[in-house]
Amino acid sequence: MIGGLFIYNHKGEVLISRVYRDDIGRNAVDAFRVNVIHARQQVRSPVTNIARTSFFHVKRSNIWLAAVTKQNVNAAMVFEFLYKMCDVMAAYFGKISEENIKNNFVLIYELLDEILDFGYPQNSETGALKTFITQQGIKSQTKEEQSQITSQVTGQIGWRREGIKYRRNELFLDVLESVNLLMSPQGQVLSAHVSGRVVMKSYLSGMPECKFGMNDKIVIEKQGKGTADETSKSGKQSIAIDDCTFHQCVRLSKFDSERSISFIPPDGEFELMRYRTTKDIILPFRVIPLVREVGRTKLEVKVVIKSNFKPSLLAQKIEVRIPTPLNTSGVQVICMKGKAKYKASENAIVWKIKRMAGMKESQISAEIELLPTNDKKKWARPPISMNFEVWQKRSLDPWRVC
Amino acid sequence: MTDSKYFTTTKKGEIFELKAELNSDKKEKKKEAVKKVIASMTVGKDVSALFPDVVNCMQTDNLELKKLVYLYLMNYAKSQPDMAIMAVNTFVKDCEDPNPLIRALAVRTMGCIRVDKITEYLCEPLRKCLKDEDPYVRKTAAVCVAKLHDINAQLVEDQGFLDTLKDLISDSNPMVVANAVAALSEIAESHPSSNLLDLNPQSINKLLTALNECTEWGQIFILDCLANYTPKDDREAQSICERVTPRLSHANSAVVLSAVKVLMKFMEMLSKDLDYYGTLLKKLAPPLVTLLSAEPELQYVALRNINLIVQKRPEILKHEMKVFFVKYNDPIYVKLEKLDIMIRLASQANIAQVLAELKEYATEVDVDFVRKAVRAIGRCAIKVEQSAERCVSTLLDLIQTKVNYVVQEAIVVIKDIFRKYPNKYESVIATLCENLDSLDEPEARAAMIWIVGEYAERIDNADELLESFLEGFHDESTQVQLQLLTAIVKLFLKKPTETQELVQQVLSLATQDSDNPDLRDRGYIYWRLLSTDPVAAKEVVLAEKPLISEETDLIEPTLLDELICYIGTLASVYHKPPSAFVEGGRGVVHKSLPPRTASNESTESPETAPAGAPSGEQPDVIPTQGDLLGDLLNLDLGPPVSGPPLATSSVQMGAVDLLGGGLDSLIGGPNFVAPPAAAVPANLGATMGSGLSDLFDLTSGVGTLSGSYVAPKAVWLPAMKAKGLEISGTFTRQVGSISMDLQLTNKALQVMTDFAIQFNRNSFGLAPAAPLQVHAPLSPNQTVEISLPLNTVGSVMKMEPLNNLQVAVKNNIDVFYFSTLYPLHILFVEDGKMDRQMFLATWKDIPNENEAQFQIRDCPLNAEAVSSRLQSSNIFTVAKRNVEGQDMLYQSLKLTNGIWVLAELRIQPGNPSFTLSLKCRAPEVSQHVYQAYETILKN
Repeated sequence: MIGGLFIYNHKGEVLISRVYRDDIGRNAVDAFRVNVIHARQQVRSPVTNIARTSFFHVKRSNIWLAAVTKQNVNAAMVFEFLYKMCDVMAAYFGKISEENIKNNFVLIYELLDEILDFGYPQNSETGALKTFITQQGIKSQTKEEQSQITSQVTGQIGWRREGIKYRRNELFLDVLESVNLLMSPQGQVLSAHVSGRVVMKSYLSGMPECKFGMNDKIVIEKQGKGTADETSKSGKQSIAIDDCTFHQCVRLSKFDSERSISFIPPDGEFELMRYRTTKDIILPFRVIPLVREVGRTKLEVKVVIKSNFKPSLLAQKIEVRIPTPLNTSGVQVICMKGKAKYKASENAIVWKIKRMAGMKESQISAEIELLPTNDKKKWARPPISMNFEVWQKRSLDPWRVC
Repeated sequence: MTDSKYFTTTKKGEIFELKAELNSDKKEKKKEAVKKVIASMTVGKDVSALFPDVVNCMQTDNLELKKLVYLYLMNYAKSQPDMAIMAVNTFVKDCEDPNPLIRALAVRTMGCIRVDKITEYLCEPLRKCLKDEDPYVRKTAAVCVAKLHDINAQLVEDQGFLDTLKDLISDSNPMVVANAVAALSEIAESHPSSNLLDLNPQSINKLLTALNECTEWGQIFILDCLANYTPKDDREAQSICERVTPRLSHANSAVVLSAVKVLMKFMEMLSKDLDYYGTLLKKLAPPLVTLLSAEPELQYVALRNINLIVQKRPEILKHEMKVFFVKYNDPIYVKLEKLDIMIRLASQANIAQVLAELKEYATEVDVDFVRKAVRAIGRCAIKVEQSAERCVSTLLDLIQTKVNYVVQEAIVVIKDIFRKYPNKYESVIATLCENLDSLDEPEARAAMIWIVGEYAERIDNADELLESFLEGFHDESTQVQLQLLTAIVKLFLKKPTETQELVQQVLSLATQDSDNPDLRDRGYIYWRLLSTDPVAAKEVVLAEKPLISEETDLIEPTLLDELICYIGTLASVYHKPPSAFVEGGRGVVHKSLPPRTASNESTESPETAPAGAPSGEQPDVIPTQGDLLGDLLNLDLGPPVSGPPLATSSVQMGAVDLLGGGLDSLIGGPNFVAPPAAAVPANLGATMGSGLSDLFDLTSGVGTLSGSYVAPKAVWLPAMKAKGLEISGTFTRQVGSISMDLQLTNKALQVMTDFAIQFNRNSFGLAPAAPLQVHAPLSPNQTVEISLPLNTVGSVMKMEPLNNLQVAVKNNIDVFYFSTLYPLHILFVEDGKMDRQMFLATWKDIPNENEAQFQIRDCPLNAEAVSSRLQSSNIFTVAKRNVEGQDMLYQSLKLTNGIWVLAELRIQPGNPSFTLSLKCRAPEVSQHVYQAYETILKN
């Protein structure tokens, strides 16, 4: 299991070091700094083996978190734990930065003592942790309170504490979808999938039992029953979901047998489920870029965006980022709609449009001046990215709340 | 005021100041001081001098302060064991605290203080905490047992904590169960033989129930534990799989991967015709694809595992090629792994898309990635024949880009393509030659030189080209030097008239001016070959090369099976067995996939007995190690094989002994030319040429009654795995001596000589009693039969399975390894008849748990025939009884190492199924004795 956990700043100075196992010595701290943080070339793997000691690392802004072990541990678990550790820290003191870590080092040690015992991850739900790891020192708890805490930390519903009360019981569901699309240079769609997240904000009293049913439009491929043929035969327009995963509060065996999502939610915001679908993806926008190199010091860029959805719908807060080369010296932008600005610090032209109706078209053109460089490495032409929101009134379709 | 101030370095005399502050009366000041101490400790300063002062702060009701002091204690107790004792009282007191959080904290911290004296005090509080009414304390105590075991294993056993821990598996609280499982699994790893976890259908059921209720981490512990269980039949395997599949929808990727591990392992037991098998396969694909939307580090772990899964079961992801297409913002480690999987999934159906992608990648920025992409194009050409032409033209396009590393990588793969499709694409050689000057990497230079040498007759200026390389001969790397030497010799053999001077030059460079022994030796050999027999030289150097295999760098199958058992763990990320990177004996238990069994047959029935009759067994071929000798014959430019897996696989096969030292004695000539006559007792004839062995055959023909059963020869080493040498063989026992009858066939195009054989250590100390003697060189397509006398005085090492024998055979080409199973009856000695009284006494004396029962089916013989047939194989009938119409035969046999096996064979007249009960002090041989019975009676 995990033998030790270290947190470093960008310079490689250790901010937190907690050793759980005897086989991890102090020299492990230095080994990681020398071989990974100060390594000459870019890190080539998130798992590094140095002298029979394995280091797992993740980086958050410029903070390095490293888990160390000498055994054949479950690698997926170690990474999941490191992410969880980041979530827990963020829930306690916000952004993970050197400043915040130094300010809260006592708290971090306390957390590490609680959520990792002898290298085995323990309950790491912030909802539960916050009931007994507080920054105010110990509160004099009554016996009932104590046993309530322990039963919650170890219990089946470790993510929610009892006795939550709200005057108004409210529940919000957000469905966030991102379309992942891979196109060949010729404009042919190589692969596309939508990965969606259902984020729930629950402000409910007591121990609410929630149950979501899926309507028959949803076909889950995994079942092996709903093949493409059958769904087309049924004549209805179906939504095929390739796969979905659930927050740990969802009873998976119930979902497997009854197709219903039943759970007792944690308090506040959490990600209830994720899903992935590849069938019948209609792209809401098309982005057509045109890049022309004029000599060695000038670049002409023209980008057209076309909205592909129903004219009755409205896309809002559209933001298009057009990357520029590192040696850009100046940019002139002309756009028909919205506002565009060159942001030197981000190496990109950011084009913002407040709203745009369906089946419309808009374009931007820019002239980019380049500094002559000796660098032979050509510009990698990073992809243009785009963000937007489309609000739909039928918000609970296709999910039905019971 | 924030805590970060504690990190600011302070001046000298800091320790002194801290000491004063720690002893301050003010609580706040004390706490501040302890915080400073911890901060110093974190950055690596030695603050152990403050030990007594910090421990003094321990008795406090401030939980935060207490935790800080505990943290300090865990760090420094080991260096100050005497002082640490001071803390014991507080711990013991805290373990009685009414607040469960404090009780748990005390027992958790105490376990982390690795001081022997403290552990004694720990036992009592721990015992109480294991039975605490509060689940939080129990779950902490469960892990504490593992901690204590790590410090003092004997103490844990003596105190009976293991049994308490086992009881916790039935605890009502799921988290207690999960931690108990984790602790037991860890303890069991250091005691591989003990049956600590004692998994049985009931306990499995408990675990599966807890699985639904515990935290995500607990689910991982339980799933990893489940993966170590072997269900008794396919029905049980299926029912466990059914209960594990819902986990595939968990948001935690580690839960998903651990569930995949259980399913992949148990699937091994399911019949492929089962509907469920197909459903399961379908269910596995989507979660694996979903893992690719996780954070990049997890994607990396997932991809390394998918790489194993597609090698084991390619059908799962065969339609999912597109998800492995590389994205612009993937980190480089994800890109490289995706590329690997793309090649594995490439097939005729999707090759067009794959090639288009690869071509795109070859124009990317990252050098490593581009190289791998170019190499991948070559691998596609080799794998999918229909695409070879397109791949070659793509590679040519890439060469036209003149990007240095692209060109070099392309040339390396084109060489492999030439090897796979000889005489097909040589038209491109002209283009390759144009780029000769830009090659600066050894591998590319060597590849180019190989191409020039191999196709010297088609390249008009081959001599000039090679001569240009020769100028800086001594600055080249060994790889290039060796290749240049071979290429020029090839050229000379093809165009002898013009190149005599050149070959002289290279031979003298290699033999006189080089201090590299490999190069020198190769030079000398060529020199001698050329000067003594140019025709032979031509046959050797220009011999037709075997084709290279389609799939390159596949993981060796036994290693792959082992790694499948380690899905999700570091082993699966490194693609190495844990023994390769874990120190000591911890966690290096060899794991293997379960054998397929069906529920409708009882486990005793012969059909389900693992490892069938020796003749039917497919011998494992151990991949060859060094290619030194193959090198000479210019086979050194084989396909790129990944190094580490091969090396580790041979370690795991136990072949190290064969390689170390032993081989040297094989190659060293004189000591095996004249075999010591004493070592060849009764079986002189066998070592002689074929004429004499004919005579010997006659005698053995007469004495069939006394000779034991001989299985027909089986192929042990197929020709394709041993550069053309095929070995088949069997084992015999005749009048007290064991021999290995070998048949060597040369299926290669060159003559084979210099044969030698050696065995690895094995369970019964089998070893060759004389060297392997093949008198004349073995010319192509010739077969020779040899009987190799064996003795049982070699060194002994227990093998798995017991009758496994690992053999190394050497000839002038290379060293080959294979392993085979020998039938146990060759070890039954002639004086194996036990006296009746003795038999009775021994039978009673051997404990009943050593008795094993087997069924021998479909054997039409009657008791007499059985008895006489067994007797000829040295299984002696001591007594015979008739009980209620059944014939009972009491038999005895003795093995070469003096182990007695007693048997009771029950024969019902008219019923072809016999019941065989075996009793032996070493019960592990029973299974093999039963197999020997089967073999003897059925043949």
